[in-house]
Amino acid sequence: MSIRVENISKRFGQFQALQPLTLEIPDGELVGLLGPSGSGKTTLLRIIAGLETADTGRILFHGQDVTNVHVRDRRVGFVFQHYALFRHMTVAQNVAFGLEVLPKAERPSNTEIYKRVANLLEMVQLGHLAKRYPSQLSGGQKQRVALARALAMQPQVLLLDEPFGALDAKVRKDLRRWLRSLHDELHFTSVFVTHDQEEALELSDKVVVMSAGKIEQVDSPQELYSRPESRFVFDFLGHINVLDAQVKGTRLQQGDAWVELPKPITVPVAQLYLRPHEVHLQQVPVAHANLPLTINAVSLIGAEVRLELQPDGWQADEPWEIGISHAQYNAWQPMRGDRCYAVPDIGHLFMEGVTEPETLTWASTLIQDPNFPKRSAHLAEVS
Amino acid sequence: MQTRASLRVGDQPWVKWSLISLALFIVGTLLIVPLVAIFVQAFGDGVQGFLANITDTYTLHAISLTLLVAALTIPLNLVFGVFLAWLVTRFEFPGRKLLITLIDIPFAVSPVVAGLLYLLLYGSNGWLGSWLMDHDVQLMFSWPGILMVTVFVTCPFVARELIPLMQQQGKEEEEAGVTLGASGWQLFRRVTLPNIQWALIYGVVLTNARAMGEFGAVSVVSGNIRGETNTLPLHVELLYQDYNAVGAFTSASLLAGIALITLFVKSFVEWRQARQRRVLDEVSE
Repeated sequence: MSIRVENISKRFGQFQALQPLTLEIPDGELVGLLGPSGSGKTTLLRIIAGLETADTGRILFHGQDVTNVHVRDRRVGFVFQHYALFRHMTVAQNVAFGLEVLPKAERPSNTEIYKRVANLLEMVQLGHLAKRYPSQLSGGQKQRVALARALAMQPQVLLLDEPFGALDAKVRKDLRRWLRSLHDELHFTSVFVTHDQEEALELSDKVVVMSAGKIEQVDSPQELYSRPESRFVFDFLGHINVLDAQVKGTRLQQGDAWVELPKPITVPVAQLYLRPHEVHLQQVPVAHANLPLTINAVSLIGAEVRLELQPDGWQADEPWEIGISHAQYNAWQPMRGDRCYAVPDIGHLFMEGVTEPETLTWASTLIQDPNFPKRSAHLAEVS
Repeated sequence: MQTRASLRVGDQPWVKWSLISLALFIVGTLLIVPLVAIFVQAFGDGVQGFLANITDTYTLHAISLTLLVAALTIPLNLVFGVFLAWLVTRFEFPGRKLLITLIDIPFAVSPVVAGLLYLLLYGSNGWLGSWLMDHDVQLMFSWPGILMVTVFVTCPFVARELIPLMQQQGKEEEEAGVTLGASGWQLFRRVTLPNIQWALIYGVVLTNARAMGEFGAVSVVSGNIRGETNTLPLHVELLYQDYNAVGAFTSASLLAGIALITLFVKSFVEWRQARQRRVLDEVSE
């Protein structure tokens, strides 16, 4: 079932939670609402469900106006952040609830309800816990019960409010994958809210990035990542290294740091945004860039080694973060306090008065650096 | 090796033991001795005397009036308390905070003042009372008046118990219920009520104890008509003024007995609630 949000706005007292916004969610898609807290994403989700009433605008399900349809009759599945399981009911009773409160004419027989509940619990792999109470379950199990309970009504729309927010990293990853396969199998339209960009990018067909009650961008994860339309989207999707600089011809300059641009620009100031994997580090500056940095911290968690770097002789609001491979790490053995130079390969230039960035590439630097820093050489140089 | 003196406050044995004995002395003289004395006095003329006093017509009437008032007060306050608690914890509206504060008025006001207020309003010379008089309705100096002031005095008990619990539990479960298609009544019956049942029972126990024991407010509006508007606490006073000490203590021992039962039930319900709260804490983790 497709969902259309038309000109919806909402105000809580003095706070404008949602600016009038319009959004189209095609049938069968899995859409993530991504944004920081206070961006209005949960409010939007609750308005779609009918748990909150919008001040203006309409909600359409499959072309039909449901704005004034009570939440009880909208028949959407809703999964709450803190599960909201009925604490005095067993797992099976929780899942059966939606079927048991149906009007007598529509209600399946008790044996039918029992069968449906058993099937649902099997689907969420919790058949063996049917007689447990919510307080006896782990967070991940509770969330799966909540999902089974929402799916019992066979909704065509499933809405999830930060479904994995309260779970630990590993369980979250498992559940995410599981939800994706469930969605692909059952073909309902799903909308979920998250503040975790990784979750949104991994799970969604389409991501809706929100900030301050507005939609910033609606795109597929790939498009969103490769073509962020605004500074906000850029900032929000992972760490960004920023050089805030003055323009002198083809050169961006700030303190000791400078970067030579492939072509001249006309604005007086600009910001160069560099993603951690679009920069590499080396021992000496290159012809097109001089970005001296001091290593602040080295963390070895994950697929690559992440270095936190402090600008040396220039300023940045946040420390820089650049990833190097483990092979590189083993060869170089960087340590806290070491000095090195960042070399941009791809950059995104934000100019005054333009929301969209201009993407730049420096082809020359993709050649392997012959002076790739080695720990021994570095030590010799320092002493 | 030298043992070091502990520096924790109140750790010296003499402080500890003198505090304990002081507490025991106070509890003994102020609570236990009087309680025992009630029963000793009640049985002053032996078991026969006790039974004779209890089966006295006026005493029996006082008992039945007290039971009637309590039996009517409890359901009224139950409905009112649940309604009020639901209102202030599930809806946002202007004046909500004020309403929560106003619930406590019966606790803050002396019961005698409450009784007087009702007398002035509903008495034969009162604003509403004179109109009611014209329509042959007499509230004061009859049992409906006693019921009215008792309801007033006890009305915060149920709501006071429910409000913090319902605030803590939040409305997520009810929202979940409504997205699953439950009607308002189904929601209350199957989701809200099971979650608040122990707090509700606790509120009822307190309401009952107060409804049976209320003296001040009832004494103002009752008129102390023996065999008509005399409740058990008023009856105790009347008998005492008649120099019938044993009779007075016999009735008092009934009230004391109710108090003891109340304490027992209250402890049991508190224990159940503590258990529920532990479960609640685990759930919210």
